Amino acid sequence: MRLNDEEKAMLAGELGEAPRLALSHQQMVGDFFGAGDFVPVTQAHVMADTESLGEAGVRWLESLAALKDGSRRVRIPTITDPRGTDFLKAGQLKQAEWVTSLESRAIAAFVKMGLLMTDTCINYQTVQAATRGEHVAFGDTGVVIYSNSVCGARSNFEGGPSALSAGLTGRTPRYGFHLDEHRQATLRVRTTWTPARLDDWGALGGVIGRLAGNYWAVPVIEGLERPPSSDELKHFGAAMASFGSVALFHLVGFTPEASRLSDVGGDALAVTQIGQPDVQALRESYALDTQVDVVVFSGPQLSLYELRALAELCDGRRFTIPLLAVTSPQVKPDCDRFGYTARIEEAGGTVFSGMCFYQSYAREIAEANGWKRLATNSAKMVNILGGYGYVPMLASMEQCVDAARTGRLG
Amino acid sequence: MTADEEGEVTPVTPIQFSGKAAASGGAAQASGRVFKARHAMGSKVRGEALVAKDGFSARYDLDRITGIFSRPAHKLAGQSYVARVLVLDTAKGGVASAWMLHEMQSRNMAPLAIVFNTVNPILAQGAALGNITMLAGFDEDVTDAVAHGCLVEIDPAEKTLRVL
Repeated sequence: MRLNDEEKAMLAGELGEAPRLALSHQQMVGDFFGAGDFVPVTQAHVMADTESLGEAGVRWLESLAALKDGSRRVRIPTITDPRGTDFLKAGQLKQAEWVTSLESRAIAAFVKMGLLMTDTCINYQTVQAATRGEHVAFGDTGVVIYSNSVCGARSNFEGGPSALSAGLTGRTPRYGFHLDEHRQATLRVRTTWTPARLDDWGALGGVIGRLAGNYWAVPVIEGLERPPSSDELKHFGAAMASFGSVALFHLVGFTPEASRLSDVGGDALAVTQIGQPDVQALRESYALDTQVDVVVFSGPQLSLYELRALAELCDGRRFTIPLLAVTSPQVKPDCDRFGYTARIEEAGGTVFSGMCFYQSYAREIAEANGWKRLATNSAKMVNILGGYGYVPMLASMEQCVDAARTGRLG
Repeated sequence: MTADEEGEVTPVTPIQFSGKAAASGGAAQASGRVFKARHAMGSKVRGEALVAKDGFSARYDLDRITGIFSRPAHKLAGQSYVARVLVLDTAKGGVASAWMLHEMQSRNMAPLAIVFNTVNPILAQGAALGNITMLAGFDEDVTDAVAHGCLVEIDPAEKTLRVL
């Protein structure tokens, strides 16, 4: 890769050990992908829950945070993805003390490095959305696909080590979705059906993700009858990224780079048609049980509007199994202030803040609480949780709330 | 186990801040088919190939404690990936794998190498941090071309997978 004078100085250690290590890591990744140079970035978003980090990753962070040469602080606004717990409710989840201890150590290291502990995977709804053409280094696949597709920003999937490196150096290797040529469509999908519910938007994203199949595929979708809302696109994109490792999609007439099909080269592609039966087939592939042990709304964290809808569904209900709703630390105060938390918790549910269900030691909390059969309206979650030993089932928010009352789906 | 620059077999090196990019490889040591990749990283290794036309995500697909593929729908479900050369179709899923490869390596519960038809940045970033050999990008489908269970050598310096 071509390095400018500042990057050469970083690599030589003239700006301290932290940027030297960070740039070395970035250069290795850039070389792997054939990047020509680095591109400056304005924001970084670091996914670093301790279930992923483990003891080894936390020690790695602590070694960076312990550097005494003044180089350990990030150079650009650098924010965090959800933590692996809500410290106020770790006991309710039956998380062990070692979990909260490891989380506390990671947080202490991040704070020393100057990160903003936003603990959110919906920063585009709650902190600051990236703008069209803005180069960023975002972690969390849901954040990246939303920022690329809906906002028109430019980011690759940046795992925790690389996003933190971007924070420490203020740049990232210029490859993938930083480049115009990778933002053109490679798959043209025509949908004959426009979903109405969030779980269906997620399932539609999952169907397209499976069709796309890999990171470098860029679906362009036509046939939608109306512009989707931010929450709908959140579920749609998060599921597409989860099922297919997709980082960018275009919606003809709705997303900023595809006013017309031809803007992204879609007119030169053959059409693949999908519709409601495909979504139904995906849903039915997860309908493996009717009994439910736990209901979870998470992955991505809920917006204020989703919590408002949930609170309305909880009114007058009394749950017989746990119902967990997870949101960000930015949304939670408003959820409290507007009475949504009280209404959800009066029915027997719980609102968690700053964590994500599947990033919170999902296997361990399943074993501790006897949870196996899980109902959710998140297509992303059903894709993930099978690997953690759950039987995850996809249903609407309303069906999930009913399940919390009866212990059954359907 | 990894093969060092002289081609001798040595234990896996301890975790570092970052792995070495494409250590220089030794001479070719065996006959057999050779597949050339476009992307390569890490040290030269030899091992048994675990092959499937399926994806890979450390979070979605693995029980990282016991070292087996755990997602029931995965074509390698129930099989151990520890110290094997994974030959798979594509990187999948979330960003967690970037940390998880490093964590798995710290407990000596990592794959020896990962070979993809198509890689995503997360797995490359994870391989860089976790010091795991990686190849990606071939002119043919390596999951069709390489037999499950065969012995292979991965040489990142030459960007090759060789069937031994």
